[in-house]
Amino acid sequence: MLEIRDVYKTFNPGTINEKMALRGVSLKLEDGDFCTVIGGNGAGNSTMLNSVAGTWPVDNGMILIDGHDVSGLPEHKRAHYLGRVFQDPRMGTVSDMGIDENLAIAARRGKFRGLAWGVTKAEREEYREMLKEFDLGLEDRMTAKVGLLSGGQRQAITLLMATIKKPRVLLLDEHTAALDPKTAAKVLELSDKIISEHKLTALMVTHNMNDAITHGNRLIMMNDGKIILDIKGEEKKKLTVEALLAKFKEISGSNLSNDRMLLEK
Amino acid sequence: MDSLLSYFSSLNPMTFVSQLPGNIAQGIIWGLMALGVFITFRLLNFADLTVDGSFATGGAVTAVMIINGVPAWAAALTALAAGILAGLVTGFLHTVMQIPDILSGILTQIALYSINLNIMQKANLPISYRNYDLTLSASDIPKAIVTGLVFAAAIIALMYWFFGTEMGSTIRSTGSNPDMSKAQGININTAKVLALALSNGMVALSGSLFSQYQGFADVNMGRGAIVIGLAAVIIGMVIGDAIFRKKSNFIIKLLFVVVGGILYYIAMGIVLWLKMPTDDTKLFTAVIVALFLAVPNLKEMSKNSFKRTAKKNKRLAAQGAITVDLGGSAAQEEKPAAEEKNTKKKADVKKQTTSLKKSVNDQKNVNKSVNNKKPYKKPKNKGGRH
Repeated sequence: MLEIRDVYKTFNPGTINEKMALRGVSLKLEDGDFCTVIGGNGAGNSTMLNSVAGTWPVDNGMILIDGHDVSGLPEHKRAHYLGRVFQDPRMGTVSDMGIDENLAIAARRGKFRGLAWGVTKAEREEYREMLKEFDLGLEDRMTAKVGLLSGGQRQAITLLMATIKKPRVLLLDEHTAALDPKTAAKVLELSDKIISEHKLTALMVTHNMNDAITHGNRLIMMNDGKIILDIKGEEKKKLTVEALLAKFKEISGSNLSNDRMLLEK
Repeated sequence: MDSLLSYFSSLNPMTFVSQLPGNIAQGIIWGLMALGVFITFRLLNFADLTVDGSFATGGAVTAVMIINGVPAWAAALTALAAGILAGLVTGFLHTVMQIPDILSGILTQIALYSINLNIMQKANLPISYRNYDLTLSASDIPKAIVTGLVFAAAIIALMYWFFGTEMGSTIRSTGSNPDMSKAQGININTAKVLALALSNGMVALSGSLFSQYQGFADVNMGRGAIVIGLAAVIIGMVIGDAIFRKKSNFIIKLLFVVVGGILYYIAMGIVLWLKMPTDDTKLFTAVIVALFLAVPNLKEMSKNSFKRTAKKNKRLAAQGAITVDLGGSAAQEEKPAAEEKNTKKKADVKKQTTSLKKSVNDQKNVNKSVNNKKPYKKPKNKGGRH
């Protein structure tokens, strides 16, 4: 269970670049909730995810995971509870290390890393089986350097890394935005499968309205550092892009001015 | 002409050959130092300039201890510990005090100069093999080479093991991708401090061996050590890659760092043999390092440059294979594929299909979101909050 309680964050306070990125965001996800997050550039979607991940401390408010306040934990300690996939495929994996080594690093998330071997034979077999299910031909290239793989393959590996140890919350930050449409669809399908198989609690930021509507059981829309729309259950199932746009207009009193989102519907 | 002839006739190949074993012994000792530099420079991606100081610290600690009757092996171990301490200081400056990597190294290095003087109480301390029982010495070069090789083998084996462990992996992943490392629960500050400590420990150990080899410790013995270390790492890397290509693995890379150290000292031997002034050796070192650093990039550039493309197109145009007249409508049919795409795009903008459209839209959006932020009315209610 994840709870974001009245979180505020201002970047570069006191300078001309001051930006109030989060203005009192509150959100509560139950176990197994798969919530998509939509909003224009600078609306605060990714900032909200980063506040959960602990990229920086929040100014005000609390982040609770399973009822524990994690707001005071630095990023690497919070990683214990989280699985993360980034927008940039290069960001989630170590290029200079093999597929097996990358997965092994992720498998030790939250554990003390001592002087035992970084990756064992038994583990490698285990990973091979997991990758087989992905059907990307990666199972035969276990020791290949990740830097040699395509963006889609790297993103698939990052996804596996994020979920190899069941995280309390999975954070997907526009993880298909940098991929071509076909690969993006495949990675998204993979995400869906993993989330439902392991009954994960997930937050997914996307700029694609259709994806936001068709995936998950809940949708929130952000604008200007706040959550302005929260749709779940039956209402979410019936949602259409047009209805979403109309709702936005009704609440904010203006048209959704983000062409990227509009064009991607 | 005469002077040139007399210069060449004065060069005796035998002097070079007789110097060779000494060069190799020195190369191995500096190769150990370069293995330390390899940890920070290649694995951690951290240009650590502490080594100029910690190399001399190793020598200073060793000389003082040996003079005070401590056995050479114990002195070498203490030097290792002193180096580790130096690395910890740089690590502290960088991680806790948030000072950029190069600067924190320089600060420790300059501080160590005074500390080394304090350790030795003077600028130079002789430890002759005649008076003390040393691990290795220039008086017995075959033994020095064997001892050096034993140390090199042991350290390479230890490094191979350590960087294969979970803890060693944290250093490698931190150097390559700190963001990912944090997301996977790795404390990158710990990893950095650990790597710096290990690296400088090895550098100080090498300094200890070198002071014993040359029979004295000097406060300036570490000057330019980082450049020699880099030279060894880079020469080793370029040559190792050239020989093994894609088959190269971690242990070969480590081996070739030491080989790089040896090659560097053989090159220095050649320079001295050619009777070039010793004052210029540092200049020569800098040139070598610059060349080897540039080799991989120059190679890439030769394969992949605008000039090359221009030349190729000119050649093709001369053969009549392509037309480079952009405005000409007569040449329409002969236009290469890329240009055809362009004209099509202009013709039917509305019919653009997904992939093309996407990239264009993304571009537009970036521009718009920067220039064109519409002031947006605040919602009256706190919609969506709960």
